[in-house]
Amino acid sequence: MAQTEDMVQLLTPSGELATSGVAAEYLQYVEALSDEDLRGFHRDMVRSRAFDTEAENLQRQGQMALWPPNRGQEAAQVGSARAARRQDHIFPAYREHAVGMIRGLDPLKLIEMMRGNSHGGWDPAETGNFHLYTLVIGSHALHATGYAMGIGLDGKTGTGDAERDEAVIVYFGDGATSQGDVSEAFVFAASYQTPQVFFIQNNQWAISVPVSVQSRIPLYLRPRGFGIPSVQVDGNDVLASYAVSAKHLDDARAGRGPSLIEAMTYRMGAHTTSDDPTKYRTNDETESWLARDPIARFESYLRGRGESDAFFASVAEEAADLAADVRRRTLELQAPPASVAFEHVYSEPHPVTQSQYEWLREYEASLGGDA
Amino acid sequence: MSQHGTMTDKGADAATLTERDIQELPLAKALNAGLRKAMEDDDRVLLMGEDIGPLGGVFRVTEHLHRDFGPKRVMDTPLAESGIIGTAIGLAMRGYRPVCEIQFDGFIFPGFDQITTQLAKMTSRHQGAVTMPVVIRVPYGGHIGAVEHHQESPEAYFAHTAGLRLVSPSTPHDAYWMIQEAIASNDPVMFFEPKSRYWHKGPVDLSSNVAALHSSKVVRTGEDVTLVGHGAMVNVLMQAAEIAAGEGTSIEVVDLRSLSPIDYAPIIESVRKTGRLVVASEAPGFVSIPSEIAATVTEQAFYSLEAPVLRVSGFDVPFPPAKLETAYLPDPDRVLEAVDRALAY
Repeated sequence: MAQTEDMVQLLTPSGELATSGVAAEYLQYVEALSDEDLRGFHRDMVRSRAFDTEAENLQRQGQMALWPPNRGQEAAQVGSARAARRQDHIFPAYREHAVGMIRGLDPLKLIEMMRGNSHGGWDPAETGNFHLYTLVIGSHALHATGYAMGIGLDGKTGTGDAERDEAVIVYFGDGATSQGDVSEAFVFAASYQTPQVFFIQNNQWAISVPVSVQSRIPLYLRPRGFGIPSVQVDGNDVLASYAVSAKHLDDARAGRGPSLIEAMTYRMGAHTTSDDPTKYRTNDETESWLARDPIARFESYLRGRGESDAFFASVAEEAADLAADVRRRTLELQAPPASVAFEHVYSEPHPVTQSQYEWLREYEASLGGDA
Repeated sequence: MSQHGTMTDKGADAATLTERDIQELPLAKALNAGLRKAMEDDDRVLLMGEDIGPLGGVFRVTEHLHRDFGPKRVMDTPLAESGIIGTAIGLAMRGYRPVCEIQFDGFIFPGFDQITTQLAKMTSRHQGAVTMPVVIRVPYGGHIGAVEHHQESPEAYFAHTAGLRLVSPSTPHDAYWMIQEAIASNDPVMFFEPKSRYWHKGPVDLSSNVAALHSSKVVRTGEDVTLVGHGAMVNVLMQAAEIAAGEGTSIEVVDLRSLSPIDYAPIIESVRKTGRLVVASEAPGFVSIPSEIAATVTEQAFYSLEAPVLRVSGFDVPFPPAKLETAYLPDPDRVLEAVDRALAY
């Protein structure tokens, strides 16, 4: 899995704060967190787990064509998302459910997409600058880089005003690092010194292909050849994910250019509900990662700090309510109107889509239907 | 290249230069002037591409714009077409209006995924919440004797993709206005520039434009046969029409100007009059824009047709080495051969 001695870890697997070595420079970010912030991390991860579990169940019950579970990757996602500021822009791949929820996306939008009701369809301006999921692997790395070029052109970095300076964080996986678009994004980011963080969630598997097929070196070393500094972090450690992301996003906003974070984590479930991980990976491997569950690790830490049973119970109850609400609303979803296919292909009037939409409506009407 | 291109230029000479806002410009300079005007009108307009800065582009279409607008608005990008289009998408999300130059037609395919899978679908995927005011300029077509991948006509690949608009000017006047209209559009526009016409002059009325971006236009009236084409082909069709006129055949020529959507009204109206249609393009004919026009005109004007709609196109082979391009590219004689066949029905 190419975990190295340089990997930043702030919480040991048993949930104790690590303060030595490469962790030292990041501790200040954790020390600045309030108790409420820490409780929030736990709450974010548990809510994500509950939503994801319910979504997978709903898919198994025929409510969706597909579900890509993020179970096991909550710490990488919550830590990095909580490090982003309100004005930052987030470009996800398609498994960043926890990130979207933190930015204010109604998780039902993800259900609608995987159900076949939309191709996303949300407005990033209304979802905390959380952009659409991108299914063509790595393509969005360039969109993120272009967006960050625009921030640079707008002069919205390095002003010293933390509420004004902006940055971009773009998520992709270990498999995506093999895509040409990701390499081109590194080239453009380095060339224009964009304010952005590339965030790799190395969950060890690109569907059935191990990361060793993608790269002979640890992934975090790859961007250095492009002139982009990088760091490897324990992605199952929410404090390390937060602290490293906070530092690198601060650097980006301050005008110090792009950087890359490789978060070492594990996809506990399938790539999507369409594949069977027992065909390509061993039980021993899966078991070893289950023992490193990011939520359990952080709960140990919080309990060590004296957090009460009542707190954990209230979070569990809130997460169960969220799952129930998602289930209820999923079961109420109706098929989208045909306008979804036609109305926004172009933003300005277009004779072909207009006439075809009109034809379909008349045709459906002639059959007694309602397009 | 020199055997073509004199006909419309002579017409241009007839236009007087007494009105101060009509200038005689080569098509490349007209594009340059149009880009300059668009950049002056809206400071969110950016140019990006390979060698478009101090060099002014390999065809000099962006000459002096880097000097006058600076490197932030005229960006020499890294040499990566997917990167150019992909970052233009992000810049458009940020509120910019990027104009990307693809250096040559045959170099567009590393950017094909970003154009067809990402750029074209972005507005639809966002249900209109995000628009993509991106222009992709593509010098296209043959007649310049260049090496492999430098003379192709890839329009049909993109015309097949919903979400894109495709246009192609044939004259300096249209080049000047259409590039500005393309930049003003909130949808992605692919702008196919007839590179063999870059250095042919024509009158540009800088004060007045009458045609809408997506309108086709009758550029010569006639009674017997209708010819339709775009870009550099329009000049070939005009030459064919002139030759035919000497032989007693009256030909109407329609300049498509827009390849997606296609403005059929002037074409259908013309066919209702002539009863005969020949559609020409430099691209291979299989699944081509002429094929699409032939099918649609047959559907919409079947009872007006006196002959099958005929296509004149490049052959269904890779664009050949340049010494063979005159055999590959439709010329006035190939067009007139089709005219004769149409008239024989």
